[in-house]
Amino acid sequence: MHKFMFSRKNLGIPYGLFLAVFVMAPLLVLIYFAFTNGQGEFTLLNLTGFFSDPNTLGTLCYSFGIAAVTTAVCLLLAYPAAYILATSRLKAKSVIVLLFIMPMWINFSLRITALKEILTWAEGSLAYHPFLNTVLGMSYDFLPFMILPIYTTISKMDEALLEAARDLGAGGLQAFLKVTLPLSLPGIISGVSMVFLPAMTNYVVLDMLYNSTYIMGSLIGSYFASYNWHGGSMIALILLGIVCLFTLMTRGIEEENTRGGMLL
Amino acid sequence: MIRKAWKSMIIILVLCFLYLPILVLAVYSFTDAANIGTVRGFSLHNYVTLFTTPELVQMIAGTVVLAFVSAFFATILGTLGAIGAFYSKKGMASVINTMNQVPVVNADVVTGFSICILLVVVFGISKDSFIPLVAGHVTLCAPFVFLSVVPKLKQMDSSIYEAALDLGATPFTALIKIVIPQIFPGIVSGFALAVTLSLDDYFVATYTKPATFDTISTYVVNATKGAQTTIKTALWALSTVIFLLVVLFALFMNIRAGKNGQERNGI
Repeated sequence: MHKFMFSRKNLGIPYGLFLAVFVMAPLLVLIYFAFTNGQGEFTLLNLTGFFSDPNTLGTLCYSFGIAAVTTAVCLLLAYPAAYILATSRLKAKSVIVLLFIMPMWINFSLRITALKEILTWAEGSLAYHPFLNTVLGMSYDFLPFMILPIYTTISKMDEALLEAARDLGAGGLQAFLKVTLPLSLPGIISGVSMVFLPAMTNYVVLDMLYNSTYIMGSLIGSYFASYNWHGGSMIALILLGIVCLFTLMTRGIEEENTRGGMLL
Repeated sequence: MIRKAWKSMIIILVLCFLYLPILVLAVYSFTDAANIGTVRGFSLHNYVTLFTTPELVQMIAGTVVLAFVSAFFATILGTLGAIGAFYSKKGMASVINTMNQVPVVNADVVTGFSICILLVVVFGISKDSFIPLVAGHVTLCAPFVFLSVVPKLKQMDSSIYEAALDLGATPFTALIKIVIPQIFPGIVSGFALAVTLSLDDYFVATYTKPATFDTISTYVVNATKGAQTTIKTALWALSTVIFLLVVLFALFMNIRAGKNGQERNGI
């Protein structure tokens, strides 16, 4: 008899432990730090401080503003492009899809550098339009993440449904609004969730484009820089709460995650 | 006809938005201009600077080594995790699936910050040991390896594994000879994905890296805050080199997909 029976399900143990240590434990520590002060005593000050300070509340609103506008811009650009591509019979289709994915593989800081040089040349100084530049930068960075899931859902759609709609007397627009749009909703939601949250937290785009206004991510950055673990943990926890809310709201209707442009 | 022109226009417009900045920068990387818009002569000095400045070469090499080391560990852990979860009872599998989803949906700032708090602040592990950095990147990448292996397991023909057992193979041999080859494409794309995620990461690295070590992302972000012109324009060359490598990789993928006969939609 073997002392230890090899079993396929035991292969999951190392990864399960890994996730427990590097994913779950950090989150528990985050909760602990968020509700304690420097002396290790329980406190709600970090929480009440955040929601009573006009500065941090302003940051929350500005983040939501940036994220909402960025998401809208991405959706307006991505939907038509994804729709046209998914419904076309072009031979070069797979090449164009690849062109939409490729930017995900280029380092984002270098891409933002490129955009920054162009904007500096076009606007003279980046200081004139910080909000516009940030939205442009974020959209430029996140657009592929919106195109890909929408493209995938529309490609998977059963064309017979559209034909049926036409046979039953629906016009082109009506068929789009009543068949295509509702069926592509999972892709839209997946895209929105992959753009909205990064747009609330990716403060590097703001920094690189000389927008000195804070978003939620910048708060973590500044607490980190000043070794204020407790304040930073509270912000991280609030962001985590937003993620959870988002996940619960979109549960079950999302397209699978396509970050990084999974191939094959 | 007009409809068709409209459609092409929209696609071209979106492609221009995505590629124009990189392409313009690529053109200027071959000149001695310090800013976009100034007309100057052809020069390769940006490329010379890029490949001869020790600071830049070390930074690039460090980023690449980090990406491959993290992707290596992430691929082993993620693949084993996917196989284990696939054959586990429902409860166990859903626990692993849920935990796996956390770094995927979470903001990278939160992932990086929380790992820094646990490893550096609570356990006092020095950032100079590179342990927090590698652990952070493996945490960032492994869930995506897991996600690219799972669909391959679902597609797998389970009767072959059982046939192997019936023919006298041990479960371990059957795993190596039957399961792994069938899910191999998923493992490879998971590894590739892990490499790109690690190369692209800024947030996890900032919160966990040694002070003297820089990845491309952290270096570029610091360099934009008032570095000398030579470094700034050398980074244009770096952006061009990476762009060309990505184009080559995409070509390779496309040719391989063509060889496989059927059209893949790239996902």
